[in-house]
Amino acid sequence: MVAAAGIPMYDIPFLTVGGGMGSFVTLDYLRIYGVPTSQMRVVSNIDHPWQTYEFLTRCSQIPRGERIRSDSSSRPDNLWGFPSYALEEAWKEKKPSYLWQILTEPLLNDYWTPRAGTVFENLEREAKRINYWDMLVKGQVRMVRRRAGGGYFTVVTPPDGAAATKRIIFRSRFVHIAIGYPGLKFLPDLQEFRTKHGDYQHVVNAYEPHEQVYEFLKTRPGTVVIRGGGIVASRVLQRLFDDRERYGLQTQIIHIFRTFVSGSHGPHIWSRRKGGDGWAYQGFNYPKSVWGGQLKAQMRKLEGADRAKKYKQMGGTNTPYRRRWQEQMRAGRSGGYYHPVQGTVDRVEHGQDGRLVSYVRSSDGIVREPVSDYIIDCTGLEADIAEHRIFADLLQHGGAFRNPVGRLEVERHFEVKGTANGDGALYASGSATLGGYFPGVDTFLGLQIAAQEIADDLARRGFVKKMGPLRSTSQWFKWAFNSSV
Amino acid sequence: MVPTLWGRIQTRLFMLATVGAIITLLIVPVLPGSSGPLSERYLNGFLVLAAVGVLGIVWELIYHFLMQFRWEKDWPTLFGLLTLVPEGLVLYFLLRSGAVDVIDPVPPAAFWTHFTVVWVCIWLVTNGPMRVPFIRWRFRGGRVL
Repeated sequence: MVAAAGIPMYDIPFLTVGGGMGSFVTLDYLRIYGVPTSQMRVVSNIDHPWQTYEFLTRCSQIPRGERIRSDSSSRPDNLWGFPSYALEEAWKEKKPSYLWQILTEPLLNDYWTPRAGTVFENLEREAKRINYWDMLVKGQVRMVRRRAGGGYFTVVTPPDGAAATKRIIFRSRFVHIAIGYPGLKFLPDLQEFRTKHGDYQHVVNAYEPHEQVYEFLKTRPGTVVIRGGGIVASRVLQRLFDDRERYGLQTQIIHIFRTFVSGSHGPHIWSRRKGGDGWAYQGFNYPKSVWGGQLKAQMRKLEGADRAKKYKQMGGTNTPYRRRWQEQMRAGRSGGYYHPVQGTVDRVEHGQDGRLVSYVRSSDGIVREPVSDYIIDCTGLEADIAEHRIFADLLQHGGAFRNPVGRLEVERHFEVKGTANGDGALYASGSATLGGYFPGVDTFLGLQIAAQEIADDLARRGFVKKMGPLRSTSQWFKWAFNSSV
Repeated sequence: MVPTLWGRIQTRLFMLATVGAIITLLIVPVLPGSSGPLSERYLNGFLVLAAVGVLGIVWELIYHFLMQFRWEKDWPTLFGLLTLVPEGLVLYFLLRSGAVDVIDPVPPAAFWTHFTVVWVCIWLVTNGPMRVPFIRWRFRGGRVL
């Protein structure tokens, strides 16, 4: 049927869709396990795997020189995580203090985390080493469908002029989907305001470019409302505080927490998280044992409601406790220019002078109406998976279904449940699979854990040989000397 | 690596049997203050290693219990290093008191040199190089099997 329609078809045993961090990490694993580039393709609308990640981190105030929130030994360019980023930066910059910090984290020091630039430079090195660009096919994936006889068809729209036809098709035994966050999610009241007034300049999401906010504040004193209590809110606050200090600005900050955490919280002495001044504190996106310890082992055994409950227990918005941020917030509170408040916002409207009025209702019944020049929504990247057409199609026609927290249900080895076809398998990793047997999916190390599970599953199916200690060691030396896999 | 209970125990035994054994082989002939035939000193060295393993199972149970008070259920790198102090002291006094009579009394300098060097080497290997041959180890809470 496909041939009769005149659409060109290419056979490729393993295809990964997305071309971001998830695809890269998976290809990196498989290349190191021993799969040649001729057996794999990645379909993507971006040119290099860290492009979207870098865009989002830069918007949310982490340019290359700043540090991301990620463990030193979570290296997407190095599946062994050794040497860790801390060792590398300490060596390159001749800074033994990094070693002291990593030794004493998180007890006497903040967690040591790598610079965004360190991550990107290493990714580039590794992408070259595994010949990533030999596998890259530019295009937009429309859908992935099971084909009669096993395996899958992937329908792709190539960029204008890149192919003779409007569509091309890949026929593969294995498909891997790692298309990241389906989209930004706006707070309902802010979305309503933006749609009603067509104002995309003053009410912004922190993951959108919003440099105009900081530029405006350099020209005259202004007020900013921050919404959200996660890492992005921390970052944006730091930028506002830094600018205040650097340029002598008068910026006033009103910070609205929907859930205001005033201290340690949790149901039991064995599950209590630190917090204070509105925030819940945690080193990384998830409790550390999610990536290999107790929580990982426990979650692996849970199904349905029990799993959803465990997710809820360890979930909740949080941010790391960093000494620098604490200092800045303390100074802000005592200097009267940083005002954290608890409340939910009923609506946002234009005031008489054209500025923004938020109607904030606190749990004690008090209604405040702070007026601001800008509102920055720092609440996240949490859109529904069905907003992405590939997932919508898989849920509707592909046999896939949702997990207890509403995302894509995958096996322990990251095969999408309900989509098996003959000797083929469809895998997914990244944020779309949150809620599965492994929780830390949308993190560097989580993507590597998923990639390892997928590579080992492919080994069980005979696509590649499982990597043992000898190959692993020899491959590590190749990585160290930057020689081809 | 963030350990599970079973992972802790396995990692400890595995490390003692590999890194610990190699270091013991290398270091016993040059340990300060020890005397007697080399074969006996080796026997003693390996018995000390075995004692660290056996007692260690009890220690790991204690560490696992203490870890439950941590929200992240993690075990910071520094803990892994500093626990050498209580473990070393308890073992040292057990040996000195003659409670473990299969092991001959060890001269303090020899015991502490041997114990500390083995401990630090194991700690270093556990915090990095171990991940090079064993890529699944860190994701399994330290289980080797």
